Amino acid sequence: MDTTIAHSHDEHHHDDHHGHDHHDPGFWRKYVFSTDHKTIGIQYGLSSLTFLFLGFCMMMLMRWQLAFPGKRLPVLGDLLANLFPGQMPGGIMSPDFYNSLGAMHGTIMVFLGIVPLGFAAFGNYVMPLQIGAVDMTFPRLNMASFWSFFAGGMLMMLSFFLPGGAAKSGWTSYSPLASTADQAGLHIPGFLGKIEHIPHLHIFGSIYLDDVFGAGAQVLPFFNGQTLWLLGMILLIISSLLGSVNFIATIVQLRAPGMTWMRLPFFVWAQLITAFLLLLAFPPLEAAGLMQFMDRVFGTSFFLPSGLVVQNVPVHISGGGSPLLWQHLFWFLGHPEVYIMILPGIGIVAEVVANNTRKPLWGYKAMVGGIFVLGFLSFIVWAHHMYLTGMGSAVSAFFQATTIIISIPSVILLASLLISLWGGAIRFTLPMMFATAFMPMFGIGGLTGIPLAFNAIDLYLHDTYYIIGHFHYVVAPGALFSLFAGVYHWYPKATGRMLNVFWGRVHFWGSLVCLNALFFPMLLQGMIGMHRRWYDGGLSYPLTSNQHVMGLPGIEWNLEMSIAAWVLGLFQIPFIINFSWSMTHGEKVGTNPWDATTLDWDTPSPPPHGNFTKPITVYRGPYEYSVPGAEKDFTPQSEPEVPGAAPVPAPAH
Amino acid sequence: MEIPYEVSARPDTGLYNAKFGMWLFLASEVMLFGGLFSGYIFLRLGADPGYWPHGLLNVPVGTFNTIILVISSMTVVVAWAALKLRQWGKYKLYMAITILLSILFLIIKLTVEWPQKFEHFGVFIKPESAAKYEQYFGNERLAKVGLPPRHEITGHLHEVEALKDGKTEEVKIESWSEVTKLEAEGSKIVGYKVAVDPTYADPNNPVHDHPSFLYPKPTEKIATIEAADVDTIAGPFYPSHSPYLAVYFTITGLHGLHVLGGIVVFSYFWLFGHKLYRKNPEHMANRVEVAGLYWHFVDLLWIMVVFPVFYLF
Repeated sequence: MDTTIAHSHDEHHHDDHHGHDHHDPGFWRKYVFSTDHKTIGIQYGLSSLTFLFLGFCMMMLMRWQLAFPGKRLPVLGDLLANLFPGQMPGGIMSPDFYNSLGAMHGTIMVFLGIVPLGFAAFGNYVMPLQIGAVDMTFPRLNMASFWSFFAGGMLMMLSFFLPGGAAKSGWTSYSPLASTADQAGLHIPGFLGKIEHIPHLHIFGSIYLDDVFGAGAQVLPFFNGQTLWLLGMILLIISSLLGSVNFIATIVQLRAPGMTWMRLPFFVWAQLITAFLLLLAFPPLEAAGLMQFMDRVFGTSFFLPSGLVVQNVPVHISGGGSPLLWQHLFWFLGHPEVYIMILPGIGIVAEVVANNTRKPLWGYKAMVGGIFVLGFLSFIVWAHHMYLTGMGSAVSAFFQATTIIISIPSVILLASLLISLWGGAIRFTLPMMFATAFMPMFGIGGLTGIPLAFNAIDLYLHDTYYIIGHFHYVVAPGALFSLFAGVYHWYPKATGRMLNVFWGRVHFWGSLVCLNALFFPMLLQGMIGMHRRWYDGGLSYPLTSNQHVMGLPGIEWNLEMSIAAWVLGLFQIPFIINFSWSMTHGEKVGTNPWDATTLDWDTPSPPPHGNFTKPITVYRGPYEYSVPGAEKDFTPQSEPEVPGAAPVPAPAH
Repeated sequence: MEIPYEVSARPDTGLYNAKFGMWLFLASEVMLFGGLFSGYIFLRLGADPGYWPHGLLNVPVGTFNTIILVISSMTVVVAWAALKLRQWGKYKLYMAITILLSILFLIIKLTVEWPQKFEHFGVFIKPESAAKYEQYFGNERLAKVGLPPRHEITGHLHEVEALKDGKTEEVKIESWSEVTKLEAEGSKIVGYKVAVDPTYADPNNPVHDHPSFLYPKPTEKIATIEAADVDTIAGPFYPSHSPYLAVYFTITGLHGLHVLGGIVVFSYFWLFGHKLYRKNPEHMANRVEVAGLYWHFVDLLWIMVVFPVFYLF
């Protein structure tokens, strides 16, 4: 059944406004509660970019504390003191607030920023176009997925304004801390001194510490940051599950005629594997989140061991639980999660590289095989985040082996992208600049991960700044750069206009330099043993250790790194302005400004409702660039014959 | 704008979209309950000897519930078949039976099984004080027979001794909320008078060495337990009472929510299905098929995992 033809009402204009009443769904159904994958993709894109910005602001605040521990933050500090009572007394960051910023920075960047942007935003917008479909298999489910994500994000942001502030037990939310933090009667006063008593709800036996302390906390029993974090996560996980079902079903069922598996653009393969990871890896975290919720609200002891003592007082719980259980369930998701963050970006880089080198991807088949192996292996490496929990040597050996083995498919992917540059007629367009920078940056991130695979080395580097440097290299100049490449690449498709090239270059170079200035020293700081999650920037560290490595200082770098972070923030301003300004003032483009071969460039910019203005049949592979003898240096996938070139061989499958 | 393969199957996969999507969703559900069950395994393996209870569940009632679910899985298939054969009346009948059976499952769970536990009371005794309660535990004989010692006295709470302003008072208790009220008023509970379960009324009887399939009914024998001897928890069989009950309530609760979801969807198809049936009967049949697929999963989860793990082991 071939229904890939759009109704061609609006072929005569390039914007979204339908003139016809019987098709016009009105503002709310068209722009807010839309079931069109393109609108939903843009909704995800704008939301996730906003969340990325908010998470970035939190980081900039944290860097103040690291550069100037205990010092008053001028101007902004007083504003924040008013906004978050008790968190920044006198404009000075409280340890609790630093921990909240740290936990929420991680949560927001991972779950509300990178994954929704890479998977949900780009996947939703581009994937159906690239396979020649009219929409997703389940458009209404798609809409539910976005609103669930949005609601979860709102809950997370709301938690900052609740008494006690946002979650502060790390993005990893380890129990027993996360099971007991912010509990009425258990709230650690910090600098706040004596706090008022609020009688707390006795639901199925909560943690009875009020009578022991004589004072509860200003924190509410249910509506506190840590509990809301769990509720927010459950909504986000539901959103991911609905989305991943949609993506897989669409890729399998709605490929246009002639779009065989090995003719799929690599971006689609990447989205497919990412969707499987989301589908299968998230539910154990949902289970764990439910159990931690039970611990907090119903007083269970899933993760609370017997004999637990908090602030020198034995906690009145049944005990018998296991903090390790939380760690296993969390990291069972946690590891596939990092591949979920990088794979869509690798897919984007593949598209951009093939397009801007004017030649096919090198090693497409190897990349497809590699990404399958990567997806499978990602499920059996998780305990390399848990080397310090006292595991036996057999278990440790298993995870060390699988972790080293998983570097192989990663290298296959990166090497294929690198080799694809060889012999290419490279155009350094903005997407290409980001895509090319991605490669060495992701290389540094990946290579710094290799030592961490070994138990013996991790014993020293675990929970140090080396880890922070490692994963930020992969996710910031790595994944985020690939996502920027995607923005610059597909912005013309979504809006019909180009982003300004000069300011894009400013954004690129400024970001590249500042990211390296910020994260490279972290690797060295970690090697001299500087711990992560210290709210005072490691002030007490010099008292206990030799703070120099190879004669270089460690802690003193905090100031330079913070400056790099703030300058990095400044360099995002041109991007933000460029993004909004170019929507109305950017250089107008036609259907295929990049002279690309894939189906997403075979439709007007922006595509109409229904996506394509002609029936789509696929005749060739995704990267038919520079075919010998052909007139043009690219041949679209839907082109039946290429004048002048050799005939296309029949597909093997 | 029509989405292909909504009703007819795609030739190379042999599936229509919704069925494929449902299988994917069920894969994620396997991982969800798998996560919870690995939690169960972890907690049970990590429990100290004698601290993982057995025989707390009502097996006859659980078996009855299992049979109800199995029958509802069968009736939903008949309902689907009726739609495929374009027999609307028969569909309505069998779908109604399915819905009623599922509601019955939930009613039994929420009015019989769960409340039965909330009324039951249990006290963990400190190991060093266990000798004091030997008349209820019978641990000497258990040690001789090679079984782990008993640590908890269970039954129904009859009275508590409440200490307030230096005065001790004996208060008759009908429900646990009275105890929490006493504590909120500033009383400290110093003793519990419990009508013990059969095991503790006659601890040396070998019949109590292994858990029974029948739910324990408290005897007339009253045990007086001092609060100073209480180990961790003295309270009703709430989720907070022990990891066993925590994981039991969480898994049966989540399963129950899934049953409720199924009821909602089936009710929607029963009440509002006629319009789609008239427009596209095959599409309606597919919807019921996909919902039935979900229902079989919920059913299978109960039969193969929840019921054996909790009720039989």
